[in-house]
Amino acid sequence: MADPAPYSREDDAVQPPLSFADFKASVVRAPTKPLIRVPHTLTEVTGPSGEGVWEKLMGGAVIDLTRQHSGTPIGERIVVSGRVVDENDRPVPGVMLEILQANAAGRYVHQYDQHQAPLDPNFTGAGRVVTDANGNYRIITIKPAPYPWYNQRNAWRPAHIHFSLTGSAFANRLVTQMYFPGDPLFPLDAIANAVPQAYRDRLVARFDMETAEPFWALGYRFDFVLRGRNATPVEN
Amino acid sequence: MGGQTPWQTTGPFFHFGLPWSGCADLTGDTTLGARPDLVQPGHGYGVTENPTGRNAVSGTRIEIAGHVWDNKGAPIIDGLIEIWQANAAGRYAHPEDARKDIALDPHFIGFGRCALDQTGGFHFRTIKPGPVPGPGNTLQAPHIAFGLVGPGFLKRLVTRIYFPEARAENAEDPILGIVPDNRRSTLVAVKDPAQSNLYRFDIRLGGDAETVFFDI
Repeated sequence: MADPAPYSREDDAVQPPLSFADFKASVVRAPTKPLIRVPHTLTEVTGPSGEGVWEKLMGGAVIDLTRQHSGTPIGERIVVSGRVVDENDRPVPGVMLEILQANAAGRYVHQYDQHQAPLDPNFTGAGRVVTDANGNYRIITIKPAPYPWYNQRNAWRPAHIHFSLTGSAFANRLVTQMYFPGDPLFPLDAIANAVPQAYRDRLVARFDMETAEPFWALGYRFDFVLRGRNATPVEN
Repeated sequence: MGGQTPWQTTGPFFHFGLPWSGCADLTGDTTLGARPDLVQPGHGYGVTENPTGRNAVSGTRIEIAGHVWDNKGAPIIDGLIEIWQANAAGRYAHPEDARKDIALDPHFIGFGRCALDQTGGFHFRTIKPGPVPGPGNTLQAPHIAFGLVGPGFLKRLVTRIYFPEARAENAEDPILGIVPDNRRSTLVAVKDPAQSNLYRFDIRLGGDAETVFFDI
């Protein structure tokens, strides 16, 4: 059979390094030897795909994080929506998009999180949705708050939402974080600063009144660009 | 036309979302792979009800277990491993693997996750994959793709596990062939002496036996 068309490589000008001195935890979690570049085989260009595959694996979508419990969570309700495309601006449907976040007080429902801020019994902070035929997604949640962490002295994470995107190729996996416009903590954040400055703003959502819903929720747009691929397979 | 979205770490608090109950069990209905002990009471996450009929998967059932160590030799207790593999006949459940002569298994997807435990350990239950095509007209030895993410990882680390009994296939494998001779063994699992279907595979970010990681 023909060799599959390869995906583009990670863009080193855009992507963070594996080890970034200011983000202390990264230093011991990077290999000491260089990565070995390999061609893309069937293994790298395939991944979970097809109608209903994510439901079979994980269960159904959870798109409204404000309705997972008996009561309404505390905090500012927001809509986050956007589009997943590749580097050729083609929509990427069928991507499992997962989100994780702290609550409106800056606390995660996680045993490792010891921040002196309240848990909210009505807010878990995890959701998932599969991108539609046009690569679109939409999530309803609560705006998370900043929280302190162990890195440099008096380190605080800017408010952020974690996103995990698993597509139909092993090669185009993406894990990232979305930040909010105008956050004074963003320029101070060692994790965001691991991304070269010229491309750091790609991590910041856009405040968007078109996404907002009257008398219900304000809105933010956050689009993703996954690695693209060359057009045609190579026939042997 | 936009450029790539930059990667960021998962952070340490992903256990209430990314792993699901049984995410490391591709052949049955155990709860393997999740860490409910790290989630606050009342905030459990989705539990699948074995809708793929995983117990009916075809192939040789195997288990893969190991530990992950950072580049100073400390266990990584808060990472997440993802796997992707072909079925027992060597076919990927994906439209680009269109070889009609090799059957799909309706009960097997080939994707799994495992949250590392408090010792840095992981444990998957799956089936041994078949060989799959490689570049040109080569054949790739049976292997499983591994991805490692977690706090402190600004990007994913990617490696592969190969099987020790497939000596001839491994010797011809086009990807192993790119790896220097003296590092190839870091990608080959070791059969557990006490349990015949269990493979041991440790992942080390440093030291003399540092695992090979791939730039894909």
